Order: sequence, then structure tokens, then C-alpha cells
Amino acid sequence: MSDLLQTTINTLAVGGLYALIALGYTLVYGILRFINFAHSDIVAWGGWLALTVASSFGWLVAGAAPVFAMPAVLLITMAICALMGVSIEFLAYRPLRKAPRLNVLITAIGVSLFLQNVGLLDKFFGNRPKGISALLANDVLVTVAGVELRLFDAMTIVLAIVLVVVLERLVYGTKMGRAMRAVSFDERTASLMGINVNVVVSLTFAIGSALAAAGGLLFAFRNDLRQTADASWVLLGLKAFVAAVVGGIGNVRGAAAGALLIAFVEVFVHRYISALFSGTQWVAQLQDVYVFAILILVLMFRPSGLLGKATVEKV
Amino acid sequence: MDLRGWLDTTVCKASLALIAVAAIAGCNNMGAEKKANGSGAGSATGSAGATVKPETGPIVIGHFASMTGAQATFGISTDRAIRLAVKERNAKGGVKGRQVEVVTIDDAGKQTEAATAVTRLINDSNAVAILGEVASSLSLAGGPIAQKAGVPMVSPSSTNPDVTDVGDYIFRVCFLDDFQGWVVAKFAFDNLKAKKVAILYDQSQAYSSGLADFFEKAFKQMGGTIATRQAYTGGNLEISSQLQQIKNANPDAIFLPGYYSDAGTIIRKAREAGIKAVFLGGDGWDSEELPKIAGDAINGNYFANHYAPEEPRPEVKDFVEKYRKEYSSTADGLAALGYDAALVLFDAMERAPSLKGADLRDALAATKNFTGVTGTFSIDKNRNAQKSAVIVEYKDGKQIMAARIEK
Repeated sequence: MSDLLQTTINTLAVGGLYALIALGYTLVYGILRFINFAHSDIVAWGGWLALTVASSFGWLVAGAAPVFAMPAVLLITMAICALMGVSIEFLAYRPLRKAPRLNVLITAIGVSLFLQNVGLLDKFFGNRPKGISALLANDVLVTVAGVELRLFDAMTIVLAIVLVVVLERLVYGTKMGRAMRAVSFDERTASLMGINVNVVVSLTFAIGSALAAAGGLLFAFRNDLRQTADASWVLLGLKAFVAAVVGGIGNVRGAAAGALLIAFVEVFVHRYISALFSGTQWVAQLQDVYVFAILILVLMFRPSGLLGKATVEKV
Repeated sequence: MDLRGWLDTTVCKASLALIAVAAIAGCNNMGAEKKANGSGAGSATGSAGATVKPETGPIVIGHFASMTGAQATFGISTDRAIRLAVKERNAKGGVKGRQVEVVTIDDAGKQTEAATAVTRLINDSNAVAILGEVASSLSLAGGPIAQKAGVPMVSPSSTNPDVTDVGDYIFRVCFLDDFQGWVVAKFAFDNLKAKKVAILYDQSQAYSSGLADFFEKAFKQMGGTIATRQAYTGGNLEISSQLQQIKNANPDAIFLPGYYSDAGTIIRKAREAGIKAVFLGGDGWDSEELPKIAGDAINGNYFANHYAPEEPRPEVKDFVEKYRKEYSSTADGLAALGYDAALVLFDAMERAPSLKGADLRDALAATKNFTGVTGTFSIDKNRNAQKSAVIVEYKDGKQIMAARIEK
């Protein structure tokens, strides 16, 4: 029982983390119909910028961080990353707005490599792994049936829920959200109706990148930071992207649902499948394979994702 | 480009270099002979060195290392130590009367880059010998290229047995993983009195999975049991599922043969998940970054290593002092091995009749009772170093020598 509870908490925490990152992919795809490959690098930069901000305030010495340190770092990092996202869109993607999708895709890969390698420089974040856990003690909040709920897990879950709900309200409950959906539906007609497409697109990148920053900070708390060019960021981005696709890309709720499903497979299913086959080790070793197997399965039976609407391509 | 100007400067430089080399060679002939006698080992090949006509320019040694990437501290430590060794050697007159020059190429910790780096060192830099790599998977990527080109390669710290099986040009100056696994098992069983151990290894690293196998074999032979064996993929540290299963197995100790870049995070997460058992590791833990990442969680854990900086031997004291003076940091085990690898190579170069690949290879293979920073060792018929290991404990975030374990 306690084991089940612990596994559920772990699943939700990992799912929350993936959801925050998946939202960035889904938002950009929803509006511009292209996959922003540089998104996982914004996540990496988010984590590293958080570390830089925290250490420049002197908060990375054990016990030195005040109570408001973590929210302050979170907000500053989200603001910086939002600005980064907007500038990347303005400099790299906007000139290609009318170009074929493939050109933008290749540009996104270029931006990704640029961010990876700039981050690697000693002037920026360097190449050594670093931890940020001194900013916030990972205390036990409550103990239920022998299971400890710790701050990082609780924070990830709560933050993910809050941000997903806020985003949902923004997209479906505000005038700006209606403008975003209009641009997503038909960019040209939307602009004829007096919607400033550029503002909408900039806002989309700002929101997506701010969420990525939150994801990056939470990831740093959980797993510490590896250099920006490390393969683990690509894998993290890939899993979040799979979550967005599985949920139905372009769909906010779908991204959250997809993230939960991916986390469920990675943590929950892996936990019990490897216990079930404890004699045969390769079953447990395929942890990452199960995640991508889900992608294939979902795409086979629901090509537009769990919550995506099926669209007919007009010829 | 102004061709005439270029010609002038080149000719000028070349003749200057010739004069300089001749002068150095003249000055150091006596020194070199002294060295050859002093080293004692492999004296049969040593005498031939004097008859070789002096060649011009410095002797180039190639070093391929992960100067960037997840295991960057490995490459940086090793490279610093090699450069220290070369600097000292050059101050004493170099090798065979010629100065030694190191060319370092970064492989960023990637296998494809490692192969390219070795190719470039041999073809572009004309390296007479290659030093590197730390990570076994990278030595395995670079080794075949050195072997094919007939250029001897000395790995300072690749411990996977397969590394020197690549061919007769591949050597190493560190112990092997079968020995290392046995050392950790022995320490766990005899010193810690652990009977039930869990293993958590990195399935993407040959080093880690190999070490896990050797540990398991040795520990079972001693009479211990393996509580559970879990795998993770380096860099992907969402391993709550694995940690939970280890917690449920309730082991006396956990063997974590991964690299420091993952180990620090894993130990911290394990403590947060309520796992209290002591962690044991291999030489991949050896980095000043590990206690920084793990924080307080690092204390009370042990790992096998090639040397301990506070060991009271004159070679160790001398090296630690010189390294601190040069780089103002404490030399880790990888630095010590990098230093020893360079010294073994110099020793072999001095003894070899020429710097041709085959001659250098034979001289390296004849290394006997060489005393370096990491102990006294000989190169065996499989081109591996036969030596002992130390167990290091983390206390208050500092490395303390806990035991020396002989074969």
C-alpha cells in the first residue's frame, strides 16, 4: 500500500515536470504548426539561469537562502526565458514565417545547437555538472502510512497543476486566448479581422518559454544540472514532445494528459513490471523504450493523439 | 600571402630550430645516458638509443581527452598532470635530447569524436605516441585507430578489460575492473561486514556494467548475496522506480559503479527516498564535483581509487605539492594516473632504440617495477599494469584514505 502511494507520488511529480515542458511544444505547434526543437534548450537554460540567479544572490550556500528565494528565482528565471523565447522567435523564426515549414524546422535545430554550445562556454554556464538543491531544503511535508511527501515532489505537482489551469483559463477564457485560437485556426483570416498576429506569436513564445523555465528549475531541483549540450536535455525534451504528441499536439489539456501517461509508463509501469520480472533484467532495462512504445501505440490507433481532433486534409 | 616573405621566415625559423636542437642534443647526451642507466629496467634495449641520429624538432605526444562534456573534469585533470610531467621533463632536457610537446584534442566525451581525435593526432600532428582516454568506452573507440596506424597508445585510467585487448600497441597504467570489482567486494565483505548488497549501474557505460559484473562475481564468491540489481541510463536520473526497489530490498550496502556526474545526484536522491545503506563506488567517483553535487549526502560513503592524496609516500607528497603549486587544487586519482602514464611513456621512449611505433611498443611492454605516484607496477604480458588499490572515504566532504587493498 505504502509502496503504491510512493509510486503514485513519483508518477505525478514526473508527470508534472513533463507537462510543463510539453505545453511549450504544444502551444507553438498549435499556433505556428512547427516543432520548436530549441524548446528543450530553453528548459536547460532555464535550469542554468536559475542557478546563476540564485548564486549571484549568494543563495546557494546551505542555509543562506531566505524563504522568498525560491519564488524570486522562479519568477526572474521565467521572465528571462520568456524574453529569450520572444527574441528567438523574432530573430530566427519570424523572417521565415512565409517560408516552407522545413526551413523553420532546420532553423530550430540550428538555434538548438547554438544555445547548447553557447551555454557550454565558461563565460556562461561551463561544462561541469552543478547542483541547485542548497537553494531550498527538500524537507518532508507530511508522512502518510510510512510514505514521506517531500517538498520538491509536492512543489512540482502543485506548480504544474496551477500553471496548466492558468494557461487553460488564458487560452479559453480571455480575449487574448481567443486571438491565439483564431490565429491557430487561420492566420490570414485572423489578421484580416484585426488580430495582430505578431503580438500573438510573441506572446505564445513568451508563455511557452516561461513554462519551460519553470520546468528547468524543477528539473534542476530533482536531478541537478548537466551542461547544456548534454544528451539528457535532448531526451527530456523528446519525452515532453512525445507527451505533447500522445495527448494531441496543439491541445493544452492533451499535453497534460500525455505527460501523465508518459510518466505513468516510465515510473509506475516500470516499477511493477520490473518487480514482476525481477529474474530477467532486460525487462527493467528497457525503461526508455516503453515510453516510445506508447507513442507508437497511440499513433497507430489515434493518429491525432488522445485528446486531439481528427482533421481531414483537404486536397 | 607574400611568398617571398613566407619563405624567408620559414627558412630562418628552420635554421634557427636546427641550431637550437643541435645545441640541446649536444648538451643533453650525457644527461640522457645517465637517465638510461638510472632507470635500470629494460637495459637490453637502453644502450641502442645513443646510436640513433638525432631528428629535428620536438617529440609530439598526442592526448585525446574529454576536456568538455559530462565527464570534463576527467580530461582536464589528466591533461594538467600530463602537461606538468612534460614541463618537468623538458626542464631536465626532454627525451633523447629532444623537447617533448603535447597536443591535446578534445573528444567532448563522445565516441565518434574520440576516433576522430586519434586520427587527427596521428595524421595531422604526427604524434609518436598517444595518451588517453579516461572513459573505457572512449579508449575502445580510439584504440583501434592507434593500433591500425602502429602508434602506441597508453591509457592512463581506462579500467575495462577490453581496452588493451584491442591490440599489441595498446597499454595502460591503471588496474583493471575485475580487480577493482574484487577490491570493492572485499572491502564491503571484510571491512564493512556487508552480506547483502544492491547494485545500481549505468547501462550505457561499458565501465559501469563491467564493474557491476565483476563486483557481483567476486562478492558472491566471498559468500555475499546480491539483494537486487538495477540499471539506469546515464543522464536520465528519473530513477525513483529503481530506488524504491532498492529500498524494498533493504541491502547492507549499495554498489554504484557510475561516473561522478550521475553518482552525486543519485546518492542525494537515494537519501531523500529514505535509503540509509552506505554507497560504494569505483574510481569514476573521483572528482571534486561529487561532494558539491551530493552535499551532505556524500559523507560516509566509500570508493575504490588509484591513489589517495594524503598517502605518506615521497612520490605522492612530491606530486601533490607540485600539482598544487601549478594549478592550486588537489590532484585527483586521474591526475595521478595521467602523470604516471606520461612518466612511463618517457621511460619507454628513453629506452627504445628509436621512436618508431614497433620499438616504442616493445620498450613499453618491457616496463618493470616502475615506481610512480600510484604505486610500483610492471606491465604484464596483456599490456596491463599490475598494482594495488586504495579505498577512499568521504568525511565532511573530504576524501580520507580508508584502506589499501593488495591483490
